[in-house]
Amino acid sequence: MERYYQPEIECASQEQIREWQSERLVKQVHNVWDNVPYYRKKMEEKGVTPEDIKSVDDLYKLPFLTKDDLRDAYPYGLLARPLSDCVRIQSTSGTTGRRVVAFYTQHDIDLWDECCARAIVAAGGTKDDVCHVCYGYGLFTGGPGLNGGSHKVGCLTLPMSSGNTERQLQFMTDLGSTILCCTPSYAAYLAESAIERGLQDKIKLKAGIFGAEAWTEEMRHDIEEKLGIKAYDIYGLTEISGPGVSFECSEQTGMHINEDHFIAEIINPKTGEVLPEGEKGELVFTSITKEAFPLLRYRTRDICILSRKKCSCGRTHVKMTKPLGRSDDMLIVKGVNVFPSQIETVLMNKGYPANYQIIVDRVNNSDTIEVQVEMTPEMFSDSLSEVSAREKELVDGLKSMLGIYAKVKLVNPKAITRSEGKAVRVIDKRNLYQ
Amino acid sequence: MTVKQISVFLENRPGTLADFTQVLSKNHIDLRALSLAEASDFGIVRIIVDDIYNASTVLKEAGYVFSITKVLAVAIPDEPGGLTRVIRVLGDEGVNVEYVYAFTGREKGVAYMIFRVADNKAAAEVLQKNGIHPVCQEDLEKL
Repeated sequence: MERYYQPEIECASQEQIREWQSERLVKQVHNVWDNVPYYRKKMEEKGVTPEDIKSVDDLYKLPFLTKDDLRDAYPYGLLARPLSDCVRIQSTSGTTGRRVVAFYTQHDIDLWDECCARAIVAAGGTKDDVCHVCYGYGLFTGGPGLNGGSHKVGCLTLPMSSGNTERQLQFMTDLGSTILCCTPSYAAYLAESAIERGLQDKIKLKAGIFGAEAWTEEMRHDIEEKLGIKAYDIYGLTEISGPGVSFECSEQTGMHINEDHFIAEIINPKTGEVLPEGEKGELVFTSITKEAFPLLRYRTRDICILSRKKCSCGRTHVKMTKPLGRSDDMLIVKGVNVFPSQIETVLMNKGYPANYQIIVDRVNNSDTIEVQVEMTPEMFSDSLSEVSAREKELVDGLKSMLGIYAKVKLVNPKAITRSEGKAVRVIDKRNLYQ
Repeated sequence: MTVKQISVFLENRPGTLADFTQVLSKNHIDLRALSLAEASDFGIVRIIVDDIYNASTVLKEAGYVFSITKVLAVAIPDEPGGLTRVIRVLGDEGVNVEYVYAFTGREKGVAYMIFRVADNKAAAEVLQKNGIHPVCQEDLEKL
């Protein structure tokens, strides 16, 4: 039997959902007009006033918001509440190295936790479960989001955070973890590590909630088989709240967007025109219940398709496909957002030429990223230790910019192909977007 | 009292060393010595050649990244204990050697050692004080 965390919301009629959306949107638009000069200016530039927005049907009249806006308004420019009302900051990397910071009131945290609780219950979670969270804790939203959701459901929560596979497996077997929350690649790694150690029989997992990076159906089957679980996808972004913006149900054919909090649109990324249901385009979100950091028509750059087809799980909220690609050059590596421009910044700062290539691959279900840099006479020396030290300095610089390890490979001058026109900076061998 | 060494950056994959030596042979550059230091993804090949000017021109044209470093070359008797004596002198006088490699010339009974040290002048003085005389560039070209 399908279980829901908030059945009256998750299974509400389409009319009811629209009614909530319209009412909350109108209120939110007034809120940002009154409290956020940045929004008022953007709306004025587009010739829109709060009076023009009477229902969801008027959403298209509002201006879009992009990551550039978040950068321009960094850090406080989009705050709709005084800082004294905020209780939390989460952050993600942005373009050219500037981070995106999102603010939360206690109410925002509560709603975010509820969204994650819906995802956990959809994966079969109850208060009798042991929820093992090995998403990173800290500025990254993965850990805190699922942790909060697990508390709401009443699961025994293991705030493991990421890394230290030995300890993960020990807790998992000793304390009988039943629900695993992490990136799909880490789940695959844990599965292999458990098999290597012959621990399959001691693992009591029944479900996994995996997100923060793209994964294929093959990977899903692989993890499900190795761990003996059902694997559910979850989607989210720090700008909108974090994980739990949408989540998979038992049907496993797309993720239900929590429409009572987030209005989703699909647009043509080139023209900005709103596309009808079923068409592929860029996903745009409007957060209608956020207090501290409301975003109106935020362009996610994720390409996907929305569907309102009746779902066998009984939930009525619209479903989105897994992201099918990006409309910008952002890469997601080990669940972390990586922009080629960030890598370029580090190279330039360390005196390397701007001619470089990024090779992303997935080896044994784990992402790898390699930055190929051309050797220059200035960087070279007869001493291996000196050249190695420079290489290490670059690795450290990339690590502090990206937050993950990137392998550096020094190559011959002119080894990287010069293309006419736009340089091919990224070679992604993962083929994640089928 | 020093000789010039050319150090060249090579990627660590099959064929790069062969490509490199081919460039030298095609241009009739004679190697006196060669030594290779390797990291995981790249290597540094260090060579001593008969004609340093010609070699650097050729490498530049072929697009290699390289550097020229002055190193100490010492002739030692080609017999057991010959090398130890030189290294002992350097060690006893506190001269740290970064890397070292050997080669022989046409002359029988003599081997040559290349020493890379931080301060060539100080190291050469230490050697001379102990009756060991480093080879200079002109001597080397005649070998």
